[in-house]
Amino acid sequence: MGRYVVRRLLQMIPVFIGTTLLIFLMVYSLPGDPVAGLFGDKAANPATVAKIRHDLGLDLPILQQYWNYMSGIVLHFDFGNQIASGRPVTDVLGDAFPVTLQLAALAFAFELIFGIGLGVIAGLRAGRLADNAILIFTLLIISVPVFVLGFIIKMVFAFELGWIAPNVSNDQLLSEMIAPAVVLGGLSLAYVARLTRTSMAENLRADYMRTAVAKGLPRRRVIGVHLMRNSMIPVVTFLGTDIGALMGGAVVTEGIFNVKGVGGIIYESIIRREGTTLVGLVTVLVLVYLVTSLLIDLLYAVLDPRIRYA
Amino acid sequence: MRGATRAKWAAGAAAVALAATACGGGSDTGGGGADGIVSSSWGDPQNPLEPANTNEVQGGKVLDMIFRGLKRYDPKTGEAEDMLAEKIETTDATNFTITVKDGWTFSNGEKVTAKSFVDAWNYGANLRNNQRNAFFFGQIEGYDQVHPESGQPRADTMSGLKVVDDRTFTVKLTQKFSTWPETLGYAAFSPLPRAFFDNHDAWIAKPVGNGPYTVDSYTKGSQMALKRWDAYPGEDKAQNGGVTLKVYTDNNTAYTDLTAGNLDLVDDVPASQLRNVQADLGDRYINSPAGIIQTLAIPYYDKAWNTPNGAKLRTGISMAINRRQITDTIFQKTRTPAKDWTSPVLGADGGHKDTLCGDACSYNPAEAKRLVAEGGGIPGGTMRISYNADTGSHKEWVDAVCNSINRALGNDRACVGNPVGTFADYRNQITQLKMSGPFRAGWQMDYPLIQNFLQPLYYTNASSNDGKWTNAEFDNLIDQANAETDTQKAVGLFQRAEEVLRDDMGAIPLWYQNGSAGHSDRVSNVTLNPFSVPVYHEIKVN
Repeated sequence: MGRYVVRRLLQMIPVFIGTTLLIFLMVYSLPGDPVAGLFGDKAANPATVAKIRHDLGLDLPILQQYWNYMSGIVLHFDFGNQIASGRPVTDVLGDAFPVTLQLAALAFAFELIFGIGLGVIAGLRAGRLADNAILIFTLLIISVPVFVLGFIIKMVFAFELGWIAPNVSNDQLLSEMIAPAVVLGGLSLAYVARLTRTSMAENLRADYMRTAVAKGLPRRRVIGVHLMRNSMIPVVTFLGTDIGALMGGAVVTEGIFNVKGVGGIIYESIIRREGTTLVGLVTVLVLVYLVTSLLIDLLYAVLDPRIRYA
Repeated sequence: MRGATRAKWAAGAAAVALAATACGGGSDTGGGGADGIVSSSWGDPQNPLEPANTNEVQGGKVLDMIFRGLKRYDPKTGEAEDMLAEKIETTDATNFTITVKDGWTFSNGEKVTAKSFVDAWNYGANLRNNQRNAFFFGQIEGYDQVHPESGQPRADTMSGLKVVDDRTFTVKLTQKFSTWPETLGYAAFSPLPRAFFDNHDAWIAKPVGNGPYTVDSYTKGSQMALKRWDAYPGEDKAQNGGVTLKVYTDNNTAYTDLTAGNLDLVDDVPASQLRNVQADLGDRYINSPAGIIQTLAIPYYDKAWNTPNGAKLRTGISMAINRRQITDTIFQKTRTPAKDWTSPVLGADGGHKDTLCGDACSYNPAEAKRLVAEGGGIPGGTMRISYNADTGSHKEWVDAVCNSINRALGNDRACVGNPVGTFADYRNQITQLKMSGPFRAGWQMDYPLIQNFLQPLYYTNASSNDGKWTNAEFDNLIDQANAETDTQKAVGLFQRAEEVLRDDMGAIPLWYQNGSAGHSDRVSNVTLNPFSVPVYHEIKVN
């Protein structure tokens, strides 16, 4: 187990370098000059543009820029400065990530509790009324686009019933995050419920289940330990990648509810061609993905005793 | 206040917690009356809030509240009036002697002196400081030394600026510019306190100026709270206790917060809501002219668009555009069909003349078809109108303009839109002279002078002459107008130059843009100035 983890951690290094390099190249090959864009509809002053480009190191060869950027991150935890405002990117990330983390945690909890709950109910009653109702409900959620769901929730709960404030205020209270979290987690909830249901319904017919029942174990233990644990593998796989997706922010949901998280920053950085911000964000996200996928692989061994890592 | 409803609800069932936030929103706006706080929508300014570094309206809002310059444009008429200037004297339209009024201070107590201005202007012009608006100081002698076309600055200060005594300084321009004092209301010409130079980072984090408001707190990317400065020495004291600018990710969310009563003022009503705005807000909706004109620029560097008969072709295209229909339906009257190349905010005295373009800007499909044919037809058979697709919802009107042209010419392939993904790329293609057909050109005035609508845009090789139109007669008339010390005569010369521009149809004027805003019933006396910025200090909280 220890050797496996070390090997996986070492494998992360080339993956990390490869992905960040790719993203760096992609961002810098986008058309347009971010510095010239700062001047709005007015013509940019060539001398000022040249000066800003020089100050930011944008006039260096691309690979040298990449090297400077990555060594800044690794050696000094310095993600560079934004082109327009000159703010350190770490500040920008430090503002946005806690908000996204809050939103993602709420959305994740929502889809975990309700998704698995619904999935268990449907899986145990496969083919019966409850199962069909849940399948129809999840199909509905999957087929409705996120922004429609967002506006419906806003319309109903904020304007018609007046239960919630329509937008998240600048204080970013946790209670205000619930509506966007429900919208954000809604789609994944449907997937989690369906994955859980299928996996449970299938494993109900597995040999070890028959053995457990034949041994005379109480029903709660059969379902709670033998069935649930083994049925969670596809669900955990999905949830793991979903953490990454949630952390990557949700441009649409954040826009609808005025959440100032990672999604908005990514969108704005692309529009404004803020290369340093974008690469910095993505670098953090790559790390999140790498770590969660390692954790999931380790979880497999915990969930299924047949899986062993040498 | 709202902290009390915090996290304890969060983990519970969704419905319960959803209800808990119902009391949220708007409750941090304090009391009413003269001390009431106005909450207003805002977008995070992308540049640092230095006066000579702010070239967009969001940062401009703040500067308008915390700075007062030598001149100030009247919020209603747009006329330049003396603010900190006691007098600005000249005999030759080149050498100016400026006397600063006594008794003005910055909100940190420091006196505003002649040096506050000279230091600020030298900072703004210097290439080392990367100021976006450095070109505003371009007319001052010695600018080419502190801001050379290439290489390092050869001087730290401009030789044309001299401090005479505490309250007097002189300015020497490189050429005659009689209306130059009228440009001094622009934010870039604001004075700066020593704190700006001595501790720059702290100043950026919390700017200090000499205007009716002071910055109370500033959380980047979230909000800025401005408080009334009680010791403000000027006449235009704030009529409210302060203004809280709140950052919104989207103007639609700001609008929903306004209708839900969580926000007092939205100064950018989203295009998608214009149809509902009368029903939602009634007389709390403001739609007033701003100094913005939209035109179609023509790429004169492309031979196909620069033919001897080109004027007929361009006039024909102009006459094929049904401006009235587009402004009424697509823009819901937040634009007005253009009748010259300036803006109605200048007023008749300032040089706006709504008969100047005349027939050349009126919809006349038959005449349009004839002129385009005489002008040699559309170059290449199809013209592509370029625009940036990321901001400003330009697609709708470009498509409408093309439809109008196609219908008038009876050829549905005469015109198509050509979206460019991002604004940065769009500007890039323009500066690299890569446009192959007409392209969107917007101009927001820097100061309400007819000169500002003509010279930067159409003078040979001027800074924003993106189409590279050039005409010796036009240039000559502009030079004469700038040298003319009598304002009315100068305006007449500018209008003659504009007629030259019309006869060659150097750029096709489309429409004047209005500023639009909506406010809650908590506040009153809300107006927009000619720069489409709310006049915050006049807003009263009921």
